Amino acid sequence: MTALLTNSDPVLAAFAEEIGADGPIAIEGKRTRWDIGGALHDSTRVLRAPAGVVEYVPEEMTVTVRAGTPVNELQAVLAADGQRTGLPERGGTVGGAIAVGHNDHRMLGRGAVRTSVLQVRYVSAEGRLVSGGGPTVKNVTGFDLPRLMAGSLGTLGCLAEFILRTNPVPAVSQWYCASDADPFLAYRAVLAPSAVLWDGAQTWAQLEGHGVDVASQAQALRAVGSFTEADAPAAPTGHRWSLRPSDLASIDGYETGAYTAVVGVGTVFAEKAQPQRRIDPAIAIVAQRVKDQYDPLGRLNPGRQVGGW
Amino acid sequence: MTSLLNRIRARVAGEAAPDPDPLVTDLQAALAPDRVANDSAARSLLSHDASVFEGGNAGPICYPLTTDEVAHIMGIAERHGRAVVPRGAGTGLAGGAIPLGAPVVIAMTKMNHILDIDVANEIAWVEPGVINLDLTNHLRPRGYHFAPDPSSQQVCTIGGNVANNSGGPHCLAYGVTNAHVVALEVVTASGEILHLGGIEAEPPGYDLRGVFVGSEGTLGIATKVAVRLTRNRPAVRTLLLSFDSVRDAANTVSAVIAAGIVPAAMEVMDQRITVAVENYVHAGYPTDAAAVLLAEVDGLDEGIDIDADRIREIGEDNGATNVRLAADDTERALLWKGRKTAFGAIAQIAPDYYLHDTVVPRSKLADVLEQVYAIADKYELLVMNVFHAGDGNLHPLLIFDGREDGVLDRVHAAGGEIITASLDAGGVLSGEHGIGVEKQKFMDRMFTDDDLDHQNRVRKAFDPVCRSNPGKVMPTGHSCADIQQLRAVPKDIWG
Repeated sequence: MTALLTNSDPVLAAFAEEIGADGPIAIEGKRTRWDIGGALHDSTRVLRAPAGVVEYVPEEMTVTVRAGTPVNELQAVLAADGQRTGLPERGGTVGGAIAVGHNDHRMLGRGAVRTSVLQVRYVSAEGRLVSGGGPTVKNVTGFDLPRLMAGSLGTLGCLAEFILRTNPVPAVSQWYCASDADPFLAYRAVLAPSAVLWDGAQTWAQLEGHGVDVASQAQALRAVGSFTEADAPAAPTGHRWSLRPSDLASIDGYETGAYTAVVGVGTVFAEKAQPQRRIDPAIAIVAQRVKDQYDPLGRLNPGRQVGGW
Repeated sequence: MTSLLNRIRARVAGEAAPDPDPLVTDLQAALAPDRVANDSAARSLLSHDASVFEGGNAGPICYPLTTDEVAHIMGIAERHGRAVVPRGAGTGLAGGAIPLGAPVVIAMTKMNHILDIDVANEIAWVEPGVINLDLTNHLRPRGYHFAPDPSSQQVCTIGGNVANNSGGPHCLAYGVTNAHVVALEVVTASGEILHLGGIEAEPPGYDLRGVFVGSEGTLGIATKVAVRLTRNRPAVRTLLLSFDSVRDAANTVSAVIAAGIVPAAMEVMDQRITVAVENYVHAGYPTDAAAVLLAEVDGLDEGIDIDADRIREIGEDNGATNVRLAADDTERALLWKGRKTAFGAIAQIAPDYYLHDTVVPRSKLADVLEQVYAIADKYELLVMNVFHAGDGNLHPLLIFDGREDGVLDRVHAAGGEIITASLDAGGVLSGEHGIGVEKQKFMDRMFTDDDLDHQNRVRKAFDPVCRSNPGKVMPTGHSCADIQQLRAVPKDIWG
């Protein structure tokens, strides 16, 4: 019996049973991002996904975790063995973080949420337990359902369990801050910053790796500004904007209000909301076909839509 | 070659000119006569790829230059009730580009331009026919490269890399193609032109880009690709470790990962392949070692010295008999040349080989390799192992002479057992070659009927009648209308 064919897990089977095959259904985590994608229809049955770390194999750099597990609990388990994941810690659950698909503001150093998910297990609109992807760090077997499920807001399946890729925590992790630096020059001055944040006045850069490398990269930073060691800035909050990395150079042209921009990525956390981005009508047709394939009766997270069309 | 030429030849030979095929006539009108080939030589050539699979049957072959031409081809094929098969350089090893049922073959090799290098966004827009290594060579002066580096990178195309979600030795640290493609322009079988993904931080909507990459041409055909540019590392260290056993080499790999080091690459070669490589390129590999491990770390000078020392220590703790650090770029390039031409080196030993591709958990590498040798012995085949050890991606090479009676049956039986051993160890069917026609029959060993049904739903959302590369990836019975499509055109219709 292969690892993937073990769909007989009693916890997941019970979850599938609870979801059943009828009636509108939604899965809640901690409701930290509950409003994304629109308001849930009234009279929708709301359930919680199973929680807990099922199996952590540090030497494989993989962890099997239930969707209902709080992200900070997962990170604590991984940290005990010197590892971490790309999931952002925003007080929510693993399933919520993957359903939303938003990356951590330190994504450059931690990896994107979507590339973290090696295997996904979910309960389908028909109440069946489905697996996609595989348990190994490298896998191109069949269609990439983990990619489809990450960022799908639970509109294609009720997310139940994941195998995630983990990464080693670097030996040294240090933030630097300067108020006279060009953030774009700072981004290019170092080889692989884990984050470069900019609020229009101050630039923060996170450098990670061996101590000697962090020290030499800090020197490189100081060539473009008066960078000094700083405490980690608070995780940026506010409305989330998605721009091209190059757009940040002309960010004053956007109605953001106060902002923190993630340089090299294009995410902006702003006082004002980004005007709604409508997806291309041709894509909307395919997206609707995807939705119809996975949820023909519209029972999964009704009222929520991914991307707006 | 054009059908006109064929008719002239036929006339010269005193034969009656055959009636022009209306499909070919329409395709020639939409493209240009010299960009639609329908002679038997071209169709025979493009009925094959780098896999061992026979039974391909190409219809007319089109060489489009633009996205609109690809959309036109899709429309014409649809009107004539024909399937389409996209094709890059044909280096795929799982038969993904093998045409089944005389489809229109869309060869993308003339759409081979690097369209824009956008350093401000660290991406490049390229056409799918651009050669992988050409892109990296083009980017090098700007301080960037395209990270996926399959062994075929001197000839394989970016479009093929997208279709197969290709890997390569350096995907250990940097990830396979899916992590390096940010946006795609694609044409579906019904001629829709779609723009998937985007270069903004978080494109809205379902991640259709992520699903398209690795779909082996079954969701449509990529006509433009935005690839992520990876910054070149200023420093690199390449270590060559020798071992008395393959197990020691495999255990070293597992221990390096367990120590929290993610090298740029970790490749293992067993003695048989090392000897073949050494005879072929004289790269300086030790021919008396049972296995060698090529480990590379890149980054900043001082940090990678720490990692290189640690790898040396771990190797020695696990029985390394010799550890050598490549002295300079020349030695490093030679070692990599040896690794990347390993498959060419096989020709000295036997005329044919069958290259497998499975992945196992890194901690199971040594056990599964032992089984692989035992399976080869059982079927009286020679096996060599050269593989991406760092991510557990095995590539057993079964070496044989296809002229020997019954040998292919033994090769396939041994291959099936290798796949079983990998799956039993908690592994997967393919790490980078894909499923194609090679491993469809094993899909139900890894996935339940529900799992396969859900994969097929992606296919149906993009291509409801399954006209794009039918008969691939999904096992028979799970692939919507494939069977009808293939039956629609009798195999011998093209002679």
